[in-house]
Amino acid sequence: MEEKVVFARPSLLTDAPFHYCPGCTHGIVHRLIAEVLGELNVSRENVIGIAPVGCAVFAYDYFDCDMTEAAHGRAPAVATGIKRVHPDKVVFSYQGDGDLACIGAAETIHAAARNENITIIFINNGIFGMTGGQMAPTTLLGQYSTTCQDGRDPVLNGYPVHVCEMLSQLKGPQYIERVSTHDAANVLKAKKAIKKAFQYQLEGKGFSMIEVLVACPTNWKMTPVKALEHIKNEVIPYFPLGVYKDRG
Amino acid sequence: MARVIFNTDRCKGCGLCVTACPKQIVHINGDKVNAIGYNPAEVSEMDKCIGCAMCATMCPDCVIEVRR
Repeated sequence: MEEKVVFARPSLLTDAPFHYCPGCTHGIVHRLIAEVLGELNVSRENVIGIAPVGCAVFAYDYFDCDMTEAAHGRAPAVATGIKRVHPDKVVFSYQGDGDLACIGAAETIHAAARNENITIIFINNGIFGMTGGQMAPTTLLGQYSTTCQDGRDPVLNGYPVHVCEMLSQLKGPQYIERVSTHDAANVLKAKKAIKKAFQYQLEGKGFSMIEVLVACPTNWKMTPVKALEHIKNEVIPYFPLGVYKDRG
Repeated sequence: MARVIFNTDRCKGCGLCVTACPKQIVHINGDKVNAIGYNPAEVSEMDKCIGCAMCATMCPDCVIEVRR
C-alpha cells in the first residue's frame, strides 16, 4: 500500500518559522486559517489579510497571500476599505485582545454593526503579550500581570470585556463564536468555526468573528502544558465557549 | 503503516504533542539540542503510531508531518 501524507504544513503558509514563544498557540490558529482557505479552494491570489499590532504583528511573513499591516486596533476599518474596493476577495483580519478589545473596540463594534462582509479572527490570551505582559481588557479577575501585580482588582481595574457577548447584542453581525485551542478536539472545533466564518463571507452574508482562546505561557509564567490546563480550568468558565450569534 | 516525521530543527520543545499523543510515544529528548537551542520532541516506538495526527494538530510550529 502506498504511503500518503495525511498532515503537512498547509500551502497558504510560507516556509518562515514562527517567531512565537514555545507553546504559544498562535501558530495553531495561523495553521487553521491556512488549512481552511485551502479546503475552501480559495487561491492565494484571492485572499487579503490584515495583520494587527501585537504578538501577531509579523503575520504578514507567515501567510503566503497579500497582507497588510494596520495601525493598532484599526484592522476592521482597514478590512472594510479593502473589502469594499475588492468585494471579490476574501478579507480577514487577525487581531489580539489588546488590539481588538482595547484600542480597536470602536472599529470592531462599528464594523460588526455595519455587517461588513469580513472575517475577524480574534485571539484572546488575556494579556498584552508583545509588550511584556501588561493587563488587557480580557485579563481575568485576580490574574497577575505586570500592571496589576496583586491580581486584577475589579474596584481598581474594572471587569474583563466579553467581546462575543457584547457584539452578539448588535443586529448587524452574521456569525460570532468563541472557541479554544486547549486540546486537539477543541482545535478541530475551532477549525470548523473558522471554516464556517469564511464560508459566510464567500456567500456574501457579512460580518463574522471567531474568538479563539489562546495560551500565553511566557506571560502567564507557566509551562505550555500548564497554560493549556489554565485555559480549561480558569479561562473557559469565565469566557464560555459556544456560538453567540448565527443568522444562518 | 503510519509514521510521523518531525522537522526537528523547527521544534521549540513545548511538549504539547507529548500530552496530545493517545499512544504516549512522543517525548522530549533532553539529551539533544536542536539548531535553535531547544530540546526537541521525538517518537520512540514508531511502530505504535496510529497516524491520528493529534500531535500535529496541537503543534504550534507545524513541525510534524503525518503519513500513513
